[in-house]
Amino acid sequence: MPALPEGTAVPDDGTLPFARVGSVALRQAQEPRPFGVYVHVPFCSVRCGYCDFNTYTASELGGGANQAAYATTALREVDLAARVLDDAGLGSRPVSTVFFGGGTPTMLPAADLARILRGVDDAWGLAPGGEVTTEANPDSVTPESLRVLADAGFTRVSFGMQSAVPHVLATLERTHDPRRVPDAVAWARDAGLDVSLDLIYGTPGESLDDWRASLEAVLATGVDHVSAYALVVEPGTKMHAQVRRGELALPDEDDQAAKYELADELLTEAGLGWYEVSNWARGPEHACRHNLAYWRGDDWWGIGPGAHSYVAAPSAEPVEAAHADPAGVRWWNVKHPRRYATLLESGSSPGAGRELLTPAEAQLERVLLGVRVREGLEVDALDRSRRAAVAGLVARGLLDGVAAVRGRVVLTRQGRLLADAVVRELTP
Amino acid sequence: MGQWPGLVTTDDTLPATLTERIALPIPGPALSARIEPNVTAPELIRNFCIIAHIDHGKSTLADRMLQLTGVVEPRAMRAQYLDRMDIERERGITIKSQAVRMPWQLGDQAHALNMIDTPGHVDFTYEVSRSLAACEGAVLLVDAAQGIEAQTLANLYLAMENDLEIIPVLNKIDLPAAQPEKYAEELANLVGGDPDDVLKVSGKTGAGVEALLDRIVERIPAPVGDADAPARAMIFDSVYDTYRGVVTYVRVIDGSLSPRERIVMMSTRATHELLEIGVISPDPIVTKGLGVGEVGYLITGVKDVRQSKVGDTVTNAGKPATESLGGYSEPKPMVFSGLYPVDGSDYPALRDALDKLKLNDAALNYEPETSVALGFGFRVGFLGLLHLEIVRERLEREFDLDLISTAPNVVYDVTLDDGTEVKVTNPSEFPGGKIKEVREPVVRATILAPSEFVGTVMGLCNDRRGQMDGMDYLSEDRVELRFTLPLAEIVFDFFDQLKSRTRGYASLDYEPQGDQAADLVKVDILLQGDQVDAFSAIVHREKAYDYGVMMTAKLKEIIPRQQFEVPIQAAVGARVIARETVRAMRKDVLAKCYGGDISRKRKLLEKQKEGKKRMKNIGSVEVPKDAFIAALSSDSGGGKDAKDKKK
Repeated sequence: MPALPEGTAVPDDGTLPFARVGSVALRQAQEPRPFGVYVHVPFCSVRCGYCDFNTYTASELGGGANQAAYATTALREVDLAARVLDDAGLGSRPVSTVFFGGGTPTMLPAADLARILRGVDDAWGLAPGGEVTTEANPDSVTPESLRVLADAGFTRVSFGMQSAVPHVLATLERTHDPRRVPDAVAWARDAGLDVSLDLIYGTPGESLDDWRASLEAVLATGVDHVSAYALVVEPGTKMHAQVRRGELALPDEDDQAAKYELADELLTEAGLGWYEVSNWARGPEHACRHNLAYWRGDDWWGIGPGAHSYVAAPSAEPVEAAHADPAGVRWWNVKHPRRYATLLESGSSPGAGRELLTPAEAQLERVLLGVRVREGLEVDALDRSRRAAVAGLVARGLLDGVAAVRGRVVLTRQGRLLADAVVRELTP
Repeated sequence: MGQWPGLVTTDDTLPATLTERIALPIPGPALSARIEPNVTAPELIRNFCIIAHIDHGKSTLADRMLQLTGVVEPRAMRAQYLDRMDIERERGITIKSQAVRMPWQLGDQAHALNMIDTPGHVDFTYEVSRSLAACEGAVLLVDAAQGIEAQTLANLYLAMENDLEIIPVLNKIDLPAAQPEKYAEELANLVGGDPDDVLKVSGKTGAGVEALLDRIVERIPAPVGDADAPARAMIFDSVYDTYRGVVTYVRVIDGSLSPRERIVMMSTRATHELLEIGVISPDPIVTKGLGVGEVGYLITGVKDVRQSKVGDTVTNAGKPATESLGGYSEPKPMVFSGLYPVDGSDYPALRDALDKLKLNDAALNYEPETSVALGFGFRVGFLGLLHLEIVRERLEREFDLDLISTAPNVVYDVTLDDGTEVKVTNPSEFPGGKIKEVREPVVRATILAPSEFVGTVMGLCNDRRGQMDGMDYLSEDRVELRFTLPLAEIVFDFFDQLKSRTRGYASLDYEPQGDQAADLVKVDILLQGDQVDAFSAIVHREKAYDYGVMMTAKLKEIIPRQQFEVPIQAAVGARVIARETVRAMRKDVLAKCYGGDISRKRKLLEKQKEGKKRMKNIGSVEVPKDAFIAALSSDSGGGKDAKDKKK
């Protein structure tokens, strides 16, 4: 995981930076904003060469950071979260989505994952029809473990498949056997779980045919959701060092663009439509609602070392003194599991830093996240000075003309490949 | 007056005790009265200059003379006393000449020695010629470890043409690498006479300097002039001083000048009152006037060196001379370059800075110009590449400006078919349409090189459209080659090429030699069909293709990919001669953007938007300003060329 952002200190008790005076009752009377919970599980059996996530391969990191004690430690943060949100008058919202990510969450026994989920349910209550996802390595699941998860309330599993081609997996240092993926998918579906497969394209040495083979392998499993990401060589990873030493070629952006286009073509033909720049689903009911919540700017609490959380200002209503509130607050936990556990054991917030978003920053995020999804963004949500840019972007084929006429900013395929450039033009 | 017995010091200043203990031939009070300014008989005056290559130790020798003649106390000695500006000291070169009066006794007679410090660089040939015209003799100073260089040779020829008495001197004889015998032979071959006549000195230790001062008195003729004729004095330098206004340095030829009288500048007929007159020794000493053969300064209260022009003749308004001394000419800019502030809002500051520099630099001229690519700036005319570099550096250092300078170019005289004549100082203004003739300036270049490089030098000059005028062996292994070359070819990285192909051994000097008709064309560079004025160049028709290929390839490297394909073309008129393409950027999106990525992503976006402000738009193509600087600075020849010359 990249270095944590720079921010200001988080108060010891984790208090949110919103005015309280006379506001709690009012807030509770309003329609609650959707609320999600992310649980980071910082363990893997091996670290892959391209990975920059906050993850550790040792099972003994000490004390509450040991894999065996991790569920207990994470539940301490759930308790803290419940208290902090309650204090801010935001406590009575059921959880719409829960997402276990990593690392490899399935490194933990299924029973531990179930226990954490139960803690979340105890704290806020899972909304009816709520989505509960876990990421998993095809190697780290069995028919039995998947059934335990389904029984505990998990509804969805996302497998890190990355590629179906052995030499590509070897470059990525993935250890699973690609032949195991269809089995894992079948077991998960038998257990009643919705299944997603993750792919990476643009790995050094991957040909367009290799990529096509991976896409075809994914489609052959009949999954209802696919995520496909261009490989990014992040500083600090082993792969970055390999590139620097000239052992691996830097991924070529033109090659990645061609592969994106191929993916979008094949997936769309097979009935999986895009709903976010890197995500495709067989209809809206199979989209990942947890991830959509990030792009829509909903609230979420991130449990675990290095996890980020975000809470928007509770109300736009004229609550007294609320005009001094920031537009939202984002904070992030300390990175190392050991430090994370120690803080929670002493009753402190594990927050390492936070940023209070100004209205302008919140607006910028709204645009940069909003254009990534298929539903897009209202033209009226853009800064007044930038609305005129829409016509030019339509003319250049980056925005969908029909959507624009209807007052929405929606990327075309070419626009998705240049989404960051589009955002730069749409923000002041 | 002998040598310094056994004196060897590595210090820059002489030990004070030694100079005090040893009796130096500095005239006593009685004799000194005879060489007071204004009353010194011409027979007792010696006017001389020192001709030397940069770094051959002229300033150090001058310092030593000031010390030995008692003009400067050793303790007050600042190394290289005569070089005034910091920038001169740093570069080890002298931009502005000055004159210092020193007493020296030979036998039982006191003499007044006027040492006129000459600029040592090719760009300042005219100033050198005026300094030489103020003298009767010249010390030819050559590094005993390096031998004569092209520039020194050129100035030596200039001195000989002025009929100056030449005193050949080898300097730095204290260096382990010194080869005094070899180079004495070389000097004797050049100036005539016996190698044994060549004096051997060390400005650093002081060895031989007294003998040199004696030699100056013995050999250099005294000035001759008509004391009763109307006053005529030649201006050989003029310097702007913040407190005093313009200080004008003159050599009186005929008659005399006195304070409070009105004087006339003969080229402009402008009259001024002489507020102050005096000599420099080495600080200004006010005198009652200056007589025949004397050298000194005038202050009239004018604020701009253009009102006191080098080469002009000063006369008395009440009793004016009818004929000026001749040899005067206006400084003529030979090389032009566009100067633009990197930050457009610095334009007024650049204008003010140029206005200030102009007060002290009669050769500097400039006009506002606008570039599509670079915004508002100035087209500035310079005497040459070093002049350009010095001005640019002073603007950046003394006025704290960040500048972009376009590739230097020369002046072209274009005659159209209808007879209209156009002077082109900016390549982008080269006329299109029917052209009858284009004339370009040419120079007479002198190149000195070890004989093993003769073929190399000839090859280079041939590539650069040079015509060989002659070749002479200075000694067994050193050759002087003379070429007529288009100045434009010299301006374009010639010196770098010469240096690198001769492993640094060749030296170059050149002087204007009129102009010639040539088959020249303008090559334009187009980005997506839009001409980028800053990259237009005028080149020989046969070189147009090479230039086009080089420039388009270079731009392809530095222009970032855009959302659309960007053709980069080089064109002569409507005909495209070279083309490169910056392919369209196909991907500009971070694939992953989840909860933990959002802060980072927003900050990246804010940074990118900040970066956009440093972009220039050429049509719809965004080019980073840094890219312009990169494209314009390398291979432009200007900067590197001049910087290397001091070495």
